[in-house]
Amino acid sequence: MTNLYDSLTEILGSQILAYVIGAALPLIFVLLFVVVAVYLERKVSGHMQDRLGPMRVGWHGVLQTIADLVKLLQKEDIIADGADKKLFNLAPALVFIGSYAAYAAIPFSGAFVGTGTDLGLFYIAAVSGLVVAGLLLAGWASDNKYSLYGALRTAAQIVSYEIPTAIIIIVMAMLAGTLSLHEFSEMQTSSFWNWWILGGPVAATSGIGKVILIPFMVAAFIIMYISTLAEVNRTPFDLPEAESELISGYHTEYSGMKFAFFFLAEYANMFAVSAIIATVFFGGYQSPIGYLGNSLGIPGLIPFEQFFWFASKGIFFVFVQMWLRWTLPRVRIDQLMVLCWKYLIPYAVTILIFVGLITIL
Amino acid sequence: MGLKTEEIVLNMGPQHPSTHGVLRLIVELDGELVVDVKPIIGYLHRCFEKHCEFLTYPQIVPYTDRMDYLASMYNNFGYVLAVEKLAGIQVPERVEYIRVIMGELQRIASHLIALGTYGLDIGAFTPFLYLFRDREKILDLFEMTCGARLLYNYMWVGGVSHDIPDEFVPATKKFIKEFRPTIKELNELLTYNKIFVERTANVGILPAETAINYGVTGPSLRGSGVKWDVRKDDPYSIYDRFDFDIPVGEGKMGTVGDSWDRYYVRVLEIEQSLRIIEQAIDKIPPGDVHEAVPKRVKVPKGSVYARVENPKGELGYFIISEGKNNPARVKVRPPSFVNLSVLGELSRGHLVADLIAILGSLDIVLGEIDR
Repeated sequence: MTNLYDSLTEILGSQILAYVIGAALPLIFVLLFVVVAVYLERKVSGHMQDRLGPMRVGWHGVLQTIADLVKLLQKEDIIADGADKKLFNLAPALVFIGSYAAYAAIPFSGAFVGTGTDLGLFYIAAVSGLVVAGLLLAGWASDNKYSLYGALRTAAQIVSYEIPTAIIIIVMAMLAGTLSLHEFSEMQTSSFWNWWILGGPVAATSGIGKVILIPFMVAAFIIMYISTLAEVNRTPFDLPEAESELISGYHTEYSGMKFAFFFLAEYANMFAVSAIIATVFFGGYQSPIGYLGNSLGIPGLIPFEQFFWFASKGIFFVFVQMWLRWTLPRVRIDQLMVLCWKYLIPYAVTILIFVGLITIL
Repeated sequence: MGLKTEEIVLNMGPQHPSTHGVLRLIVELDGELVVDVKPIIGYLHRCFEKHCEFLTYPQIVPYTDRMDYLASMYNNFGYVLAVEKLAGIQVPERVEYIRVIMGELQRIASHLIALGTYGLDIGAFTPFLYLFRDREKILDLFEMTCGARLLYNYMWVGGVSHDIPDEFVPATKKFIKEFRPTIKELNELLTYNKIFVERTANVGILPAETAINYGVTGPSLRGSGVKWDVRKDDPYSIYDRFDFDIPVGEGKMGTVGDSWDRYYVRVLEIEQSLRIIEQAIDKIPPGDVHEAVPKRVKVPKGSVYARVENPKGELGYFIISEGKNNPARVKVRPPSFVNLSVLGELSRGHLVADLIAILGSLDIVLGEIDR
């Protein structure tokens, strides 16, 4: 399969230009995704709540997000008097860079794998730390008590929940023998029976070991899903922006495009964690049932099919996040910490030990 | 260590998503812990009581609408009862039945908002919209009868403004039939939700003794296990003819008198209100609702105190008359105002998130507190 960079380099005749375009492609995807996801969120919540959701702008309100975006662009950019201007302006950029940087390691399809670095998962865990810094800056620079509370809660929450995520990543790395998301995807090829949630590729594990692994993999998936949910501040873990207590948390003082950047980063993050989970446990861009391109004899079709599967899996997990958001109430800060330190981390460590034993045997 | 620490003073409101109106809370915080809360009220003060001294008795009715604007019917109810008691007006049976039905429908509507916004305070958005959908149907019934959806001016001294239309009785029955299953839906979605229970059980425990000392009434008092309801203990209108229970908090999920109990008492009261309406709806006698409405309300010299069980608690009107067209003094005992006074006592030592949960469980309306 030809790599997108190589094809681009061939066409353009310049490697640097190809890389620039290659790096910009996920941005287009993210922007498109945000437009779709915001619309989806409103429609999903609307229909769950016996409402119609947006109906006025375009057919069934499809242009609502665009209209909102235009509105946000026109808004006055207000910086409060007491705010630390430099940090205040830096924070949204940092948050967005942090979430966008994760896309560099996410393979969208067999032909478009970003950097394809060997340290994929490790790299993502590292750059998402940048988001925490951005949020802390936003809260601190706003010179607003609500913002500060929101920022401190976020920092505590994200740092805590990175631990169970990291442990599960270790488990998966131990099993798969790689941290590269591209290799993860390649490994789980041909059928859904090869997905890690069902014990991984038949070739890598002996038949009986695979069956024993399934319950551990399901548990690992649940732990990872819960902790990523907390990392992207979605309900029931949306304490940093708990509307009923903290108005909007760290972005209370932001307006216009800077607010839009936080919003963009939140949705970009939602898709990023969904994509990681889809890649690690659910075969990434691999089709669960085989490719049309293979049966029709058109190999050029396969990358597009892979992209379709990748996007579908990602959007499905985003949908689950929305579903939870419109169903559950919010937990309290101490309950959040109890859930993380008393339940998720011990369970994750247990999985680590057992999976370690199984791999040795 | 020599690090200097101090408490943060957080100014919550008057514009804040969950202070249920223009309430301002000065919260002293030690990290996330609440050290002290001082409610500041008066942002919605409209001199209701002073206004009354310059208005004739029937003219005051629309003003009572605007106190607890989520339970306007019941504000009317309390006021007209007080004036009728002082003037010695006997209203027709038909009016009594209509008033009770309207009052109980209003109680359901008010409780639906209380439960919905409480869910919102805890972070659950969807139950709020489900409950508003059901409240809408009650407002439709009111609109069908008197044309208004929020501020009705429906109950007049000596009667009601409009007789119920023919389609009211079948529409109400249809509403009850459709509405009952949604209580079950609410319980499944919110009441017994693990996160919701964790957030509200054992939070803001109000012991019965403290509640009585502060003068707390209504569902907030009954949540503490005290069986006190003016409808039963000091019956007015025709409430003594109906068979209904007074639900009290039992500490099912935690301790008696916690926020969950206060919430759950409201859920149970909705069912009891439905029972009262079901008993009353078939017995409405024929008659003229304007029969006893006087052309000019003449009130003899004297004073009167009348109280009713408003959805939020005990609503009392104290009226002094000097025999003129207008009262010399009208004093209201607003349940929300008295219930709010217990907030500081309840929230000390809790987390900020609990403060919101406790405030929501008291179910206050600022229109009534500030008057």
